[in-house]
Amino acid sequence: MGRLRRTARLGLELTESLFDAAFSPAWNPFYQLGALGWFFYWVVIVSGIYLFIFFDTGITQAYQSVEQLTQVQWYAGGIMRSLHRYASDALVIVVMIHIGREYILDRLRGPMWFAWITGVPVLWMIFAAGLSGYWLIWDRLAQYVAVATSEWIDTLPFFGEPIARNFLHQTTLSGRFFTLMVFIHIAVPLFMLLLMWIHIHRHTRPRVNPPKGLAVGTLLALLALSFWQPAVSQGPANLNLVPSPVELDWFYLAVLPLADRLPGIWLWLAVGVGTIALVLLPWLPPGQRQAVAVVDLENCNGCARCAADCPFGAINMGSRTDARAFSHQAVVDPSLCTSCGLCTGSCPTATPFRRRSALVAGIELPQLTVASLRDRCLEIGKRLDGRSRVLVFGCDHGLTLDKLIDGDIGAITLSCVGALPPPLLDFLISRRHVDGIVLTGCRMGDCHFRKGIDWTEQRITGERDPYLRKRVPRERLLRCWTGIDQERQLNTEINSFRARLRQLDLEKTGGGDSTDLSA
Amino acid sequence: MPKPSRLAAQLIAYAAFVGLIGYFSKSPEYAYVDPQMALLRLSFSHAGERKGECRRLTPEEIAALPPNMRKPLDCPRERLPLLVELHVDGQLLDRRALPPSGIAGDGASTAYERFVIAPGYHRIMVRLRDTAREEGFDYEGEKLILFKPRQNVVIDFRAANGGFKFL
Repeated sequence: MGRLRRTARLGLELTESLFDAAFSPAWNPFYQLGALGWFFYWVVIVSGIYLFIFFDTGITQAYQSVEQLTQVQWYAGGIMRSLHRYASDALVIVVMIHIGREYILDRLRGPMWFAWITGVPVLWMIFAAGLSGYWLIWDRLAQYVAVATSEWIDTLPFFGEPIARNFLHQTTLSGRFFTLMVFIHIAVPLFMLLLMWIHIHRHTRPRVNPPKGLAVGTLLALLALSFWQPAVSQGPANLNLVPSPVELDWFYLAVLPLADRLPGIWLWLAVGVGTIALVLLPWLPPGQRQAVAVVDLENCNGCARCAADCPFGAINMGSRTDARAFSHQAVVDPSLCTSCGLCTGSCPTATPFRRRSALVAGIELPQLTVASLRDRCLEIGKRLDGRSRVLVFGCDHGLTLDKLIDGDIGAITLSCVGALPPPLLDFLISRRHVDGIVLTGCRMGDCHFRKGIDWTEQRITGERDPYLRKRVPRERLLRCWTGIDQERQLNTEINSFRARLRQLDLEKTGGGDSTDLSA
Repeated sequence: MPKPSRLAAQLIAYAAFVGLIGYFSKSPEYAYVDPQMALLRLSFSHAGERKGECRRLTPEEIAALPPNMRKPLDCPRERLPLLVELHVDGQLLDRRALPPSGIAGDGASTAYERFVIAPGYHRIMVRLRDTAREEGFDYEGEKLILFKPRQNVVIDFRAANGGFKFL
């Protein structure tokens, strides 16, 4: 299973690398799947509101009103109809890739289960909304959808009289189910919005808007498709005739041919078992959870940087419970903590320059305290030799660093690179424990813990507190955000980096700047 | 401004994305019934007779009942299953027993079956038994129908309207 997932991940990252090259990491659609889902949702809602203004809900008038929109008002209503359909299809595509990707990248375990599980009903609601939408047009496709869906529903042993009897013949047709479908098609997306909000509820700074350029590009592409291939009806429904063949929207309606061919109850069972399996995935197979962040009140001054930086809202600032003169203290909610360690990276007390007290950060992970991290760095630094001693920091979700380890290269794997306190980088370089530091891990724009790369970059560039001090020569720091498919690129960059470090040393010994950074 | 090569790659990606949507939003066509064939649907909802006879209660038994629940007859709830047969051109196409709905088996029996029929004239005969009789049927309907490709013919049943109806 692990190997299969790793192979899938490699394939995924190779594809993402192509998109990185085309779109840049900031615009890569693979890193914006959730945001694109929201974007398509809003396109569907806005276009749907427009269509509803002109839509006649009578069963005999529905087809004419949609035809009027499509043919007479083609420049607005027709385009809106096409956008409504194609954005809905795009929503299915991005949601499916989103689900597969989160699974492959194992972003469903621990506290991340919440987003995963709340996404499952959203998925079914998308299909319910889509199915009911096709019903409303009341063309031949709608007739097929109505008959096939009701025949499938009738295989459930709950209904006294078959629902499909409502669609037996033109002479027996009544509008009651049509009215229900109008209600469902409006109510389900509204309820879905609530669930989508719950879905991202545990994320701080959730991405609900794609970058403007990507949004514009996607919208233009959908508009181009709407002009090139407008969505049209397939002739009015007539229950006296069999609507076959039909042009099926396979994104939404693929289940109906299956229901035609398989016993309906089997298909319901498959849907039920599939849903249960989907819900259980975060715990399959069961794994051991890492210890969560622990607050040390002796060192917590209630500065709230950890609360601001936690990507999962696991830290709140509560009233002080000790006698110290600070108003607040950090409080960790263990059920929300992903053990990423970004809080440690943000804690101003996580500085190895401390001399008067033991190195204990105000908040840190028990499995990798700042003191133990410093000690490991020092131990590795002592072992390294040569003129370009490099320490590589990676993360559990990036490349395995073992292959990099060499006479003058050491490596430490963290839960997330964002767990590195900037003063530690300062300490290692300024005190010449190593000649250079490499930071690597997840792909740029796609940190496993959402904000690890962003916060690290911002701390280094001085945009986010705690800053990396200006005195740290940035040329001794290499940031290389590679995925697991870019091992060669990482090696190349590290080799170039080492060459630059040697050059720097040569320049220094050749009479260049010899400022003692350890001061 | 992005490089032309990057813009071109983006255009290809957008085109592939909308191409995928454009194609699978209407293709390939799906025929759930061969368009050269017709469809015959047999569907109805009808309650069979009760399984047991109703028994007239004695005045004492009626008096023993709560006032709001007094009734002259005590009828068993459970109903008989229906037996239905469909013949096409003298050949038996379908024969099935339709159990009553409901947990107590006291609801109507329902049928919803579809049959693909070749175009042309066909004599359709349908029979229904809703009583405890051992032989024969209580209702029967027969009609010669010209089936055209894609035609949807429905056989409904309403006891109050005289039995089977061909729509």
